[in-house]
Amino acid sequence: MIKIVNLVKSFNGQVVLDGINLELPTGKITVVIGKSGVGKSVLLKHIVGLLHPDSGQILVDGQDIAYLRGASLRAFKLRLAVLFQGGALFDSLSVYENIAFPLREKTRLPEREIAQRVRERLTQMNLAPEVETKFPDELSGGMKKRVALARAMIQEPEIMFFDEPVTGLDPPMTNTVFHLITKTHQASGYTALMVSHDIPEVFSVAHQVAMLHQGRIIAAGTPEEIQSHSDPMVQSFIRGEVDFLEA
Amino acid sequence: MVKIFRHLGQRTLNMIQEAGGMVIFLLEGLGLAFAPPFRPRRLLQEIYKIGGKSTLIILLTAAFTGMVLALQGYYTLRKYGSEGALGAAVALSLIREMGPVLTGIMVSARAGSAVTAEIGIMRITEQLDALDTMAVNPVQYVVMPKLLAGLLAVPLLTAIFDVVGILGGYLVGVVLLGVSSGSYFASMKQSVVALDINGGIVKSLVFGLTIILVACYKGYYTEHGAEGVSKATNQTVVLSAVLVLAWDYILTSFFM
Repeated sequence: MIKIVNLVKSFNGQVVLDGINLELPTGKITVVIGKSGVGKSVLLKHIVGLLHPDSGQILVDGQDIAYLRGASLRAFKLRLAVLFQGGALFDSLSVYENIAFPLREKTRLPEREIAQRVRERLTQMNLAPEVETKFPDELSGGMKKRVALARAMIQEPEIMFFDEPVTGLDPPMTNTVFHLITKTHQASGYTALMVSHDIPEVFSVAHQVAMLHQGRIIAAGTPEEIQSHSDPMVQSFIRGEVDFLEA
Repeated sequence: MVKIFRHLGQRTLNMIQEAGGMVIFLLEGLGLAFAPPFRPRRLLQEIYKIGGKSTLIILLTAAFTGMVLALQGYYTLRKYGSEGALGAAVALSLIREMGPVLTGIMVSARAGSAVTAEIGIMRITEQLDALDTMAVNPVQYVVMPKLLAGLLAVPLLTAIFDVVGILGGYLVGVVLLGVSSGSYFASMKQSVVALDINGGIVKSLVFGLTIILVACYKGYYTEHGAEGVSKATNQTVVLSAVLVLAWDYILTSFFM
């Protein structure tokens, strides 16, 4: 169980997260929705240890990860994997080397075993074997996302983080990526946090949805509960109404 | 008036903060060289990228520098009937000053800018964050091999610069202008002492570390997308060239 308690973060005096309280149930996919620039990725980066909160706690199995250092922080990071918004593939490495990278760095598996696992993941992501010799700049957006997902999944994480996993993809590829996320979740049962503004697609993968607005979680519940939520801000976001303050 | 002083004060504070940040970054980077996991292949890759790929430009710069030194030196020395000392003049200028300084500036322009751009792009495309979330220390994986490569490659490039520069001087002084080959090398052997060579080595070590440190630091803390990478790359070339010249003055004053 991951529990976020009263998390506060400011940048240059501007409060981005203003007392976030949220629980991520074990083995479930929680999706945080909200407008662009509202702080969804900032929230995710706190939980994976890339940012430190001004105050508040991020409890993973009762342990506050904001205070982890050295070996204990490394042990926590070995349990997680992240699918970054742009894929974050290493552009000096081939697709094969990118996917094999976590195994080469985190384990002492023989190269033959690594090669077998890489090929299994490529097949799982519906990627042809020829792709493995290509470099990231030779791939389309959808292929990059699938390679990044393969790299994340090869780590067999207990906790999975998805930062805007379908941003910039066409509708068929969006559905493909969501389908692969559902498939990998069914196969390994990881706990997941996804930040996204892709409505209504996220409702198909989420077990729990929370809406972030003005630094706070203003609504949380099952996809059905969120879709019928009484808060006008939630309804306005779900219906994609024009934001007159920003328009 | 108060505004000007406030602005100057802020700039000074920022510079001190940046200098402090670089020292901490350097200590962290070098300290991680002694912590496992060790990745010798990464070090070899960086030596090739920083050193190997800079060899051609160093060869060209060195040859022309030696040739110009010989040309200038010959006409100056001839006024005093001392053309025989041309070898000494060329060798001392190269070994003490021109070799380390010009190698430093050329490495900064070619490899320093490339290092900043590479790390800067890794920062803005979240590749450094990806390493971190995979429990791989980005400073240890990306920065440390580059710092070590700078320390190893720049002194070697400087040695190549010195030798090629002396041969360039030979080509102009001996082959084209008719200075005796024997006196070119004899005067060199007589004048160049161990202190000159040691001074050159110390300078090249300091320059190598400074250039790659600035390049890595500017790349690692790049912000604001592509424009930020462009700005950081520009700052690397300017700052490392200025620091090479400043260090040169400080180190020369120690070795004189």
